[in-house]
Amino acid sequence: MDIKKTSLYQLHQDSKAKFVEFAGYQMPIQYSEGIVEEHRYTRNHSGIFDVSHMGQLFIYGQEDLVDDLERIFPLDLKNLKLNHSKYSFLMSDNAGIYDDLIITKIKDGFLIILNAACKENDYKILKELLNDKYKMVLDEERSLIAIQGPKSVEILKSVIQGVENLNFMSGNWFTLDDHNIYVTRSGYTGEDGFEVSLTNEFADRFTRRLIDKGAKLIGLGARDTLRLEAGLCLYGHELSKDKTPVEANLKWAISKERILKGNFIGSDIITKQLNHGVNKIRVGIKPEGRIIAREKTKIYNESNSEIGEITSGTFGPSVNGPVAMGYVENKFSKKDTKIFLEVRGKKHPATICGLPFYKKSYVKGVN
Amino acid sequence: MSEVKYSKEHEWIKLEGEIATIGITKHATEMLGDIVFAELPEKGSNVEKDGTAGVVESTKAASDVYTPVSGEVVDLNQSIVDDPSKINQDPENSAWFFKLKIKNKSEMDTLMNKDEYDIFAKESSA
Repeated sequence: MDIKKTSLYQLHQDSKAKFVEFAGYQMPIQYSEGIVEEHRYTRNHSGIFDVSHMGQLFIYGQEDLVDDLERIFPLDLKNLKLNHSKYSFLMSDNAGIYDDLIITKIKDGFLIILNAACKENDYKILKELLNDKYKMVLDEERSLIAIQGPKSVEILKSVIQGVENLNFMSGNWFTLDDHNIYVTRSGYTGEDGFEVSLTNEFADRFTRRLIDKGAKLIGLGARDTLRLEAGLCLYGHELSKDKTPVEANLKWAISKERILKGNFIGSDIITKQLNHGVNKIRVGIKPEGRIIAREKTKIYNESNSEIGEITSGTFGPSVNGPVAMGYVENKFSKKDTKIFLEVRGKKHPATICGLPFYKKSYVKGVN
Repeated sequence: MSEVKYSKEHEWIKLEGEIATIGITKHATEMLGDIVFAELPEKGSNVEKDGTAGVVESTKAASDVYTPVSGEVVDLNQSIVDDPSKINQDPENSAWFFKLKIKNKSEMDTLMNKDEYDIFAKESSA
Protein backbone atom coordinates (compact mmCIF):
# COMPACT_ATOMS: atom_id res chain seq x y z
CA MET A 1 0.00 0.00 0.00
CA ASP A 2 1.29 3.42 -0.93
CA ILE A 3 2.05 5.74 1.90
CA LYS A 4 -0.36 8.69 1.90
CA LYS A 5 0.57 12.34 2.11
CA THR A 6 -1.50 15.21 3.48
CA SER A 7 -2.05 18.42 1.56
CA LEU A 8 0.58 20.10 3.77
CA TYR A 9 3.34 17.67 2.73
CA GLN A 10 5.17 20.26 0.65
CA LEU A 11 4.97 22.79 3.50
CA HIS A 12 6.36 20.20 5.93
CA GLN A 13 9.24 19.56 3.56
CA ASP A 14 9.89 23.27 3.11
CA SER A 15 9.93 23.56 6.91
CA LYS A 16 12.59 20.82 7.20
CA ALA A 17 10.36 18.26 8.88
CA LYS A 18 11.62 14.85 9.92
CA PHE A 19 8.99 12.39 8.78
CA VAL A 20 7.61 9.17 10.22
CA GLU A 21 4.97 6.84 8.95
CA PHE A 22 1.88 7.13 11.12
CA ALA A 23 -1.34 5.26 10.37
CA GLY A 24 -0.38 4.94 6.71
CA TYR A 25 0.54 8.63 6.33
CA GLN A 26 3.87 10.34 5.96
CA MET A 27 3.68 12.71 8.94
CA PRO A 28 6.11 15.22 10.50
CA ILE A 29 7.45 13.98 13.84
CA GLN A 30 9.38 17.22 14.40
CA TYR A 31 10.89 20.22 12.61
CA SER A 32 14.36 21.70 12.95
CA GLU A 33 13.90 23.27 16.39
CA GLY A 34 13.05 19.95 18.02
CA ILE A 35 10.31 18.53 20.22
CA VAL A 36 11.06 20.42 23.44
CA GLU A 37 11.16 23.83 21.73
CA GLU A 38 8.01 23.02 19.72
CA HIS A 39 6.26 21.94 22.91
CA ARG A 40 7.20 25.18 24.70
CA TYR A 41 6.21 27.32 21.73
CA THR A 42 2.74 25.77 21.81
CA ARG A 43 2.38 26.36 25.57
CA ASN A 44 3.66 29.95 25.39
CA HIS A 45 2.65 31.10 21.94
CA SER A 46 0.89 29.23 19.15
CA GLY A 47 1.50 25.92 17.41
CA ILE A 48 0.02 24.56 14.17
CA PHE A 49 -0.63 20.83 13.88
CA ASP A 50 -1.42 19.04 10.66
CA VAL A 51 -4.05 16.52 11.75
CA SER A 52 -5.38 15.94 8.24
CA HIS A 53 -4.73 12.22 8.62
CA MET A 54 -7.64 12.08 11.05
CA GLY A 55 -11.02 11.07 9.70
CA GLN A 56 -13.73 13.65 9.06
CA LEU A 57 -16.93 11.67 8.82
CA PHE A 58 -20.08 13.54 7.83
CA ILE A 59 -23.36 11.70 8.46
CA TYR A 60 -26.46 13.37 7.07
CA GLY A 61 -29.93 12.92 8.56
CA GLN A 62 -32.54 14.37 10.93
CA GLU A 63 -34.46 12.99 13.97
CA ASP A 64 -34.12 9.35 12.87
CA LEU A 65 -30.37 9.75 12.78
CA VAL A 66 -30.30 11.23 16.30
CA ASP A 67 -32.24 8.21 17.58
CA ASP A 68 -30.04 5.75 15.74
CA LEU A 69 -26.81 7.40 16.93
CA GLU A 70 -28.05 7.37 20.52
CA ARG A 71 -28.21 3.58 20.22
CA ILE A 72 -24.50 3.69 19.38
CA PHE A 73 -22.96 6.49 21.46
CA PRO A 74 -23.45 7.04 25.24
CA LEU A 75 -24.49 10.63 24.62
CA ASP A 76 -27.55 12.78 25.06
CA LEU A 77 -27.59 13.77 21.39
CA LYS A 78 -31.21 14.96 21.48
CA ASN A 79 -30.09 17.85 23.63
CA LEU A 80 -26.85 18.52 21.82
CA LYS A 81 -27.17 22.03 20.42
CA LEU A 82 -26.33 22.95 16.86
CA ASN A 83 -22.55 23.40 16.45
CA HIS A 84 -21.76 21.91 19.85
CA SER A 85 -19.33 19.02 20.28
CA LYS A 86 -18.95 16.07 22.63
CA TYR A 87 -16.12 13.65 23.26
CA SER A 88 -17.27 10.05 22.97
CA PHE A 89 -16.40 6.48 21.95
CA LEU A 90 -17.36 3.87 19.44
CA MET A 91 -17.66 0.70 21.50
CA SER A 92 -18.11 -3.01 21.01
CA ASP A 93 -20.92 -4.96 22.71
CA ASN A 94 -18.46 -5.56 25.56
CA ALA A 95 -17.85 -1.80 25.83
CA GLY A 96 -14.33 -2.21 24.43
CA ILE A 97 -13.23 0.99 22.71
CA TYR A 98 -12.94 0.81 18.90
CA ASP A 99 -12.13 4.50 18.79
CA ASP A 100 -12.43 7.73 20.73
CA LEU A 101 -13.90 10.62 18.80
CA ILE A 102 -15.41 14.10 18.79
CA ILE A 103 -18.97 14.36 17.52
CA THR A 104 -20.40 17.74 16.51
CA LYS A 105 -24.02 18.54 15.63
CA ILE A 106 -24.08 20.34 12.29
CA LYS A 107 -27.02 21.64 10.30
CA ASP A 108 -27.73 18.55 8.23
CA GLY A 109 -26.48 15.91 10.61
CA PHE A 110 -23.24 15.22 12.47
CA LEU A 111 -19.52 15.59 11.91
CA ILE A 112 -17.40 12.97 13.66
CA ILE A 113 -13.61 13.35 13.97
CA LEU A 114 -11.96 9.91 14.08
CA ASN A 115 -8.44 8.65 14.70
CA ALA A 116 -6.43 8.07 11.54
CA ALA A 117 -5.62 4.45 12.33
CA CYS A 118 -9.27 3.64 13.11
CA LYS A 119 -11.23 5.67 10.59
CA GLU A 120 -11.76 3.04 7.88
CA ASN A 121 -12.88 0.47 10.41
CA ASP A 122 -15.11 2.99 12.20
CA TYR A 123 -16.75 3.83 8.88
CA LYS A 124 -17.49 0.16 8.23
CA ILE A 125 -18.85 -0.42 11.71
CA LEU A 126 -21.05 2.67 11.66
CA LYS A 127 -22.37 1.96 8.17
CA GLU A 128 -23.43 -1.48 9.31
CA LEU A 129 -24.91 -0.27 12.60
CA LEU A 130 -26.89 2.39 10.75
CA ASN A 131 -28.05 -0.20 8.16
CA ASP A 132 -26.83 2.02 5.33
CA LYS A 133 -29.81 4.30 6.02
CA TYR A 134 -27.96 7.61 5.86
CA LYS A 135 -25.56 9.35 3.55
CA MET A 136 -22.08 8.97 5.09
CA VAL A 137 -18.98 10.68 3.75
CA LEU A 138 -15.52 9.97 5.12
CA ASP A 139 -14.24 13.14 3.52
CA GLU A 140 -10.76 12.82 1.98
CA GLU A 141 -11.19 16.16 0.20
CA ARG A 142 -10.83 18.13 3.42
CA SER A 143 -7.77 18.81 5.55
CA LEU A 144 -7.79 19.38 9.30
CA ILE A 145 -5.45 21.93 10.87
CA ALA A 146 -5.24 22.52 14.62
CA ILE A 147 -3.89 25.76 16.05
CA GLN A 148 -3.16 25.56 19.76
CA GLY A 149 -1.75 27.77 22.49
CA PRO A 150 -2.48 31.12 24.16
CA LYS A 151 -1.82 33.31 21.10
CA SER A 152 -3.91 31.15 18.76
CA VAL A 153 -7.11 33.14 19.18
CA GLU A 154 -5.42 36.40 18.14
CA ILE A 155 -3.66 34.76 15.22
CA LEU A 156 -6.69 32.88 13.91
CA LYS A 157 -9.07 35.82 14.29
CA SER A 158 -6.74 37.98 12.23
CA VAL A 159 -7.31 35.49 9.41
CA ILE A 160 -10.93 34.41 10.12
CA GLN A 161 -12.96 37.06 11.93
CA GLY A 162 -15.45 35.79 14.48
CA VAL A 163 -13.64 32.68 15.72
CA GLU A 164 -12.95 34.53 18.98
CA ASN A 165 -16.67 34.22 19.80
CA LEU A 166 -16.59 30.42 19.89
CA ASN A 167 -16.65 28.66 23.25
CA PHE A 168 -14.70 25.50 24.05
CA MET A 169 -16.29 22.47 22.33
CA SER A 170 -18.39 24.48 19.92
CA GLY A 171 -17.95 25.47 16.30
CA ASN A 172 -19.32 27.20 13.24
CA TRP A 173 -18.97 27.65 9.49
CA PHE A 174 -16.91 30.59 8.26
CA THR A 175 -16.07 31.81 4.77
CA LEU A 176 -12.59 32.84 3.71
CA ASP A 177 -11.68 33.65 0.10
CA ASP A 178 -14.84 31.81 -1.01
CA HIS A 179 -13.85 28.67 0.86
CA ASN A 180 -16.20 27.09 3.41
CA ILE A 181 -14.32 26.47 6.62
CA TYR A 182 -15.65 24.72 9.71
CA VAL A 183 -13.89 25.88 12.87
CA THR A 184 -14.31 24.38 16.35
CA ARG A 185 -12.72 25.61 19.56
CA SER A 186 -11.06 22.38 20.59
CA GLY A 187 -7.81 20.48 20.47
CA TYR A 188 -5.68 17.95 22.23
CA THR A 189 -2.87 19.84 23.92
CA GLY A 190 -4.47 21.22 27.08
CA GLU A 191 -4.32 24.71 25.58
CA ASP A 192 -6.93 27.03 24.18
CA GLY A 193 -7.13 26.51 20.45
CA PHE A 194 -9.06 25.62 17.35
CA GLU A 195 -9.44 22.88 14.79
CA VAL A 196 -10.05 24.05 11.26
CA SER A 197 -11.60 21.86 8.58
CA LEU A 198 -11.05 23.16 5.06
CA THR A 199 -10.59 21.95 1.50
CA ASN A 200 -7.28 20.28 0.63
CA GLU A 201 -6.64 22.78 -2.10
CA PHE A 202 -6.82 25.75 0.33
CA ALA A 203 -4.96 24.10 3.26
CA ASP A 204 -1.41 25.02 2.24
CA ARG A 205 -2.18 28.70 1.57
CA PHE A 206 -4.23 29.00 4.75
CA THR A 207 -1.52 27.45 6.93
CA ARG A 208 1.19 29.69 5.47
CA ARG A 209 -0.95 32.66 6.50
CA LEU A 210 -1.02 31.43 10.09
CA ILE A 211 2.76 31.05 9.96
CA ASP A 212 3.10 34.62 8.66
CA LYS A 213 1.12 35.76 11.71
CA GLY A 214 3.59 34.09 14.08
CA ALA A 215 2.33 30.54 14.61
CA LYS A 216 4.83 27.69 14.09
CA LEU A 217 4.43 24.18 12.75
CA ILE A 218 4.57 21.51 15.46
CA GLY A 219 5.18 17.80 14.85
CA LEU A 220 3.64 14.64 16.25
CA GLY A 221 6.47 14.36 18.81
CA ALA A 222 5.42 17.51 20.66
CA ARG A 223 1.75 16.67 20.11
CA ASP A 224 2.42 13.55 22.19
CA THR A 225 4.26 15.34 25.04
CA LEU A 226 1.56 18.05 25.10
CA ARG A 227 -1.39 15.64 25.27
CA LEU A 228 0.35 13.51 27.88
CA GLU A 229 0.99 16.52 30.14
CA ALA A 230 -2.68 17.40 29.67
CA GLY A 231 -3.62 13.86 30.83
CA LEU A 232 -5.35 13.05 27.53
CA CYS A 233 -5.63 9.51 26.19
CA LEU A 234 -4.12 8.34 22.92
CA TYR A 235 -5.80 5.52 21.02
CA GLY A 236 -3.57 2.44 20.77
CA HIS A 237 -1.91 3.37 24.07
CA GLU A 238 -4.40 4.24 26.84
CA LEU A 239 -7.38 3.14 24.75
CA SER A 240 -8.02 -0.11 22.86
CA LYS A 241 -10.60 -2.80 22.23
CA ASP A 242 -9.57 -4.36 25.55
CA LYS A 243 -10.38 -1.26 27.59
CA THR A 244 -13.75 0.26 28.46
CA PRO A 245 -14.42 3.97 29.05
CA VAL A 246 -14.93 3.25 32.76
CA GLU A 247 -11.57 1.49 33.00
CA ALA A 248 -10.03 4.39 31.08
CA ASN A 249 -11.37 6.73 33.78
CA LEU A 250 -13.45 8.56 31.20
CA LYS A 251 -16.85 8.10 32.77
CA TRP A 252 -17.28 11.90 32.76
CA ALA A 253 -17.80 11.56 29.00
CA ILE A 254 -20.79 9.23 29.42
CA SER A 255 -24.11 11.04 29.74
CA LYS A 256 -25.71 10.41 33.17
CA GLU A 257 -29.13 10.57 31.55
CA ARG A 258 -28.15 7.79 29.16
CA ILE A 259 -26.75 5.56 31.90
CA LEU A 260 -30.14 5.59 33.64
CA LYS A 261 -31.91 4.55 30.46
CA GLY A 262 -29.20 2.31 28.98
CA ASN A 263 -29.94 1.04 25.49
CA PHE A 264 -26.66 1.92 23.80
CA ILE A 265 -23.97 -0.45 22.60
CA GLY A 266 -21.99 -1.66 25.60
CA SER A 267 -24.44 -0.16 28.13
CA ASP A 268 -24.81 -3.40 30.12
CA ILE A 269 -21.09 -3.59 30.82
CA ILE A 270 -20.78 0.15 31.45
CA THR A 271 -23.64 0.08 33.97
CA LYS A 272 -22.19 -2.97 35.69
CA GLN A 273 -18.75 -1.39 35.93
CA LEU A 274 -20.16 1.89 37.21
CA ASN A 275 -22.08 0.07 39.95
CA HIS A 276 -19.51 -2.55 40.93
CA GLY A 277 -16.20 -0.98 39.97
CA VAL A 278 -13.43 -2.19 37.69
CA ASN A 279 -10.36 -4.33 38.28
CA LYS A 280 -7.92 -1.96 36.63
CA ILE A 281 -8.17 1.75 36.03
CA ARG A 282 -6.17 4.44 34.23
CA VAL A 283 -4.13 6.74 36.47
CA GLY A 284 -1.50 9.45 36.24
CA ILE A 285 1.98 8.44 37.37
CA LYS A 286 4.80 10.72 38.48
CA PRO A 287 8.20 9.01 38.60
CA GLU A 288 10.64 10.35 41.19
CA GLY A 289 13.77 12.03 39.88
CA ARG A 290 14.31 12.05 36.13
CA ILE A 291 13.74 8.39 35.21
CA ILE A 292 11.45 7.94 32.20
CA ALA A 293 9.11 4.96 32.24
CA ARG A 294 7.95 4.17 28.71
CA GLU A 295 4.97 2.20 27.43
CA LYS A 296 4.90 -1.43 28.68
CA THR A 297 6.95 -0.63 31.80
CA LYS A 298 5.73 -2.90 34.59
CA ILE A 299 4.29 -1.36 37.76
CA TYR A 300 4.76 -2.91 41.23
CA ASN A 301 3.34 -2.16 44.66
CA GLU A 302 5.38 -1.74 47.85
CA SER A 303 5.31 -5.48 48.50
CA ASN A 304 6.77 -6.14 45.05
CA SER A 305 3.66 -7.57 43.39
CA GLU A 306 2.96 -6.58 39.82
CA ILE A 307 -0.11 -4.32 39.76
CA GLY A 308 -0.14 -2.86 36.27
CA GLU A 309 1.59 -1.39 33.25
CA ILE A 310 2.50 2.01 31.79
CA THR A 311 0.66 2.95 28.57
CA SER A 312 2.48 6.23 27.79
CA GLY A 313 5.52 7.80 29.38
CA THR A 314 7.89 10.56 28.43
CA PHE A 315 9.60 13.69 29.64
CA GLY A 316 7.18 16.58 30.04
CA PRO A 317 8.93 19.80 29.01
CA SER A 318 6.45 22.11 30.84
CA VAL A 319 6.40 19.93 33.94
CA ASN A 320 10.19 19.74 33.59
CA GLY A 321 10.23 16.11 34.60
CA PRO A 322 9.01 12.67 33.62
CA VAL A 323 5.28 11.98 33.33
CA ALA A 324 3.34 8.79 32.60
CA MET A 325 -0.08 7.22 32.48
CA GLY A 326 -0.96 3.58 32.94
CA TYR A 327 -3.38 1.06 34.32
CA VAL A 328 -3.13 -0.25 37.88
CA GLU A 329 -5.31 -2.48 40.03
CA ASN A 330 -8.12 -0.40 41.40
CA LYS A 331 -7.05 -0.73 45.03
CA PHE A 332 -3.72 0.92 44.21
CA SER A 333 -5.22 3.74 42.16
CA LYS A 334 -5.63 6.27 44.96
CA LYS A 335 -3.73 9.53 44.63
CA ASP A 336 -0.35 9.54 46.44
CA THR A 337 -0.05 5.72 46.48
CA LYS A 338 3.62 4.75 46.33
CA ILE A 339 4.49 2.44 43.46
CA PHE A 340 7.60 1.16 41.68
CA LEU A 341 8.43 1.15 37.98
CA GLU A 342 10.79 -1.43 36.51
CA VAL A 343 13.12 0.32 34.07
CA ARG A 344 16.11 -1.56 32.65
CA GLY A 345 15.90 -4.20 35.38
CA LYS A 346 15.81 -1.75 38.30
CA LYS A 347 12.78 -0.66 40.32
CA HIS A 348 12.34 3.09 40.60
CA PRO A 349 9.92 4.81 43.00
CA ALA A 350 6.93 6.73 41.67
CA THR A 351 3.58 8.06 42.87
CA ILE A 352 0.02 7.81 41.60
CA CYS A 353 -1.10 11.35 40.88
CA GLY A 354 -4.08 13.33 39.66
CA LEU A 355 -4.42 14.42 36.05
CA PRO A 356 -3.62 16.62 34.24
CA PHE A 357 0.07 17.13 34.95
CA TYR A 358 -0.24 20.54 33.37
CA LYS A 359 -3.31 22.66 33.98
CA LYS A 360 -5.58 23.35 31.03
CA SER A 361 -6.74 26.79 30.03
CA TYR A 362 -9.85 26.25 27.92
CA VAL A 363 -12.08 29.20 27.10
CA LYS A 364 -15.62 28.63 28.34
CA GLY A 365 -17.36 31.93 28.86
CA VAL A 366 -16.97 34.05 25.76
CA ASN A 367 -20.70 34.48 25.28
CA MET B 1 49.27 15.08 22.05
CA SER B 2 45.77 13.83 22.64
CA GLU B 3 44.09 11.71 20.04
CA VAL B 4 40.31 11.70 19.29
CA LYS B 5 38.71 8.63 17.75
CA TYR B 6 35.15 7.59 16.95
CA SER B 7 33.08 4.40 17.18
CA LYS B 8 30.36 2.99 14.97
CA GLU B 9 27.95 3.50 17.86
CA HIS B 10 28.61 7.25 17.59
CA GLU B 11 30.81 7.74 20.64
CA TRP B 12 33.93 9.89 20.63
CA ILE B 13 36.96 9.07 22.74
CA LYS B 14 39.86 11.31 23.61
CA LEU B 15 42.95 9.65 25.04
CA GLU B 16 45.39 11.58 27.25
CA GLY B 17 48.02 9.30 28.74
CA GLU B 18 46.09 6.33 30.03
CA ILE B 19 42.89 8.31 30.73
CA ALA B 20 40.18 8.27 28.05
CA THR B 21 37.31 10.76 28.02
CA ILE B 22 34.17 9.43 26.29
CA GLY B 23 31.03 11.12 25.03
CA ILE B 24 28.53 10.91 22.18
CA THR B 25 28.99 12.70 18.87
CA LYS B 26 27.14 15.73 17.58
CA HIS B 27 25.76 13.50 14.84
CA ALA B 28 24.33 11.17 17.54
CA THR B 29 22.63 14.07 19.33
CA GLU B 30 21.11 15.23 16.06
CA MET B 31 19.65 11.78 15.45
CA LEU B 32 18.35 11.50 19.01
CA GLY B 33 16.76 14.94 19.25
CA ASP B 34 16.32 16.68 22.60
CA ILE B 35 18.02 14.63 25.29
CA VAL B 36 16.03 14.69 28.51
CA PHE B 37 17.66 11.92 30.56
CA ALA B 38 21.17 10.56 30.99
CA GLU B 39 22.42 7.65 33.07
CA LEU B 40 26.13 6.95 33.59
CA PRO B 41 28.06 3.86 34.71
CA GLU B 42 29.13 3.59 38.35
CA LYS B 43 32.40 5.14 39.37
CA GLY B 44 34.93 2.40 40.10
CA SER B 45 33.16 -0.14 37.90
CA ASN B 46 34.86 -1.90 35.02
CA VAL B 47 33.38 -1.66 31.54
CA GLU B 48 34.21 -3.85 28.55
CA LYS B 49 34.78 -2.64 25.00
CA ASP B 50 31.44 -2.42 23.12
CA GLY B 51 29.48 -3.06 26.31
CA THR B 52 26.75 -0.71 27.55
CA ALA B 53 27.98 2.07 29.78
CA GLY B 54 24.99 4.34 30.14
CA VAL B 55 21.70 5.43 28.65
CA VAL B 56 20.41 8.57 27.02
CA GLU B 57 16.77 9.27 26.41
CA SER B 58 15.12 11.77 24.17
CA THR B 59 11.43 12.67 24.42
CA LYS B 60 10.90 9.87 21.89
CA ALA B 61 13.04 6.91 22.95
CA ALA B 62 15.86 5.45 25.04
CA SER B 63 19.26 4.55 23.57
CA ASP B 64 22.18 2.73 25.13
CA VAL B 65 25.57 4.36 25.32
CA TYR B 66 28.45 1.97 24.62
CA THR B 67 32.07 2.23 25.59
CA PRO B 68 34.46 1.99 22.65
CA VAL B 69 37.30 0.66 24.87
CA SER B 70 37.65 -1.34 28.10
CA GLY B 71 38.65 0.20 31.38
CA GLU B 72 37.84 1.33 34.89
CA VAL B 73 35.42 4.24 35.32
CA VAL B 74 37.41 6.92 37.16
CA ASP B 75 35.26 10.00 36.69
CA LEU B 76 31.67 10.94 35.75
CA ASN B 77 30.17 14.14 34.39
CA GLN B 78 27.35 14.72 36.89
CA SER B 79 26.39 17.99 35.16
CA ILE B 80 24.84 16.10 32.19
CA VAL B 81 22.77 13.97 34.57
CA ASP B 82 21.49 17.11 36.30
CA ASP B 83 20.84 18.92 33.02
CA PRO B 84 20.76 16.51 30.05
CA SER B 85 20.06 19.35 27.58
CA LYS B 86 23.80 20.19 27.91
CA ILE B 87 24.46 17.10 25.78
CA ASN B 88 22.66 18.70 22.82
CA GLN B 89 24.44 21.99 23.39
CA ASP B 90 28.05 20.85 23.55
CA PRO B 91 28.27 17.10 22.93
CA GLU B 92 31.91 16.82 21.88
CA ASN B 93 33.39 19.00 24.57
CA SER B 94 31.94 19.98 27.98
CA ALA B 95 29.16 17.37 27.85
CA TRP B 96 31.51 14.37 28.07
CA PHE B 97 29.99 11.29 29.78
CA PHE B 98 32.72 9.44 31.71
CA LYS B 99 36.46 8.91 31.97
CA LEU B 100 38.16 5.54 31.89
CA LYS B 101 41.56 4.35 32.96
CA ILE B 102 42.08 2.21 29.89
CA LYS B 103 43.34 -1.37 29.92
CA ASN B 104 44.54 -1.93 26.41
CA LYS B 105 45.70 0.97 24.29
CA SER B 106 45.58 -1.15 21.12
CA GLU B 107 41.76 -1.10 21.30
CA MET B 108 42.04 2.48 20.07
CA ASP B 109 43.40 1.19 16.75
CA THR B 110 40.07 -0.41 15.82
CA LEU B 111 38.28 2.97 15.95
CA MET B 112 37.77 5.56 13.21
CA ASN B 113 39.52 8.88 12.86
CA LYS B 114 37.57 12.11 12.25
CA ASP B 115 37.49 11.84 8.45
CA GLU B 116 36.49 8.19 8.49
CA TYR B 117 33.74 8.88 11.04
CA ASP B 118 32.32 11.82 9.11
CA ILE B 119 31.91 9.57 6.05
CA PHE B 120 30.46 6.77 8.19
CA ALA B 121 27.98 9.15 9.87
CA LYS B 122 26.87 10.56 6.55
CA GLU B 123 26.33 7.09 5.09
CA SER B 124 24.56 5.71 8.15
CA SER B 125 22.03 8.53 8.16
CA ALA B 126 21.35 8.34 4.41
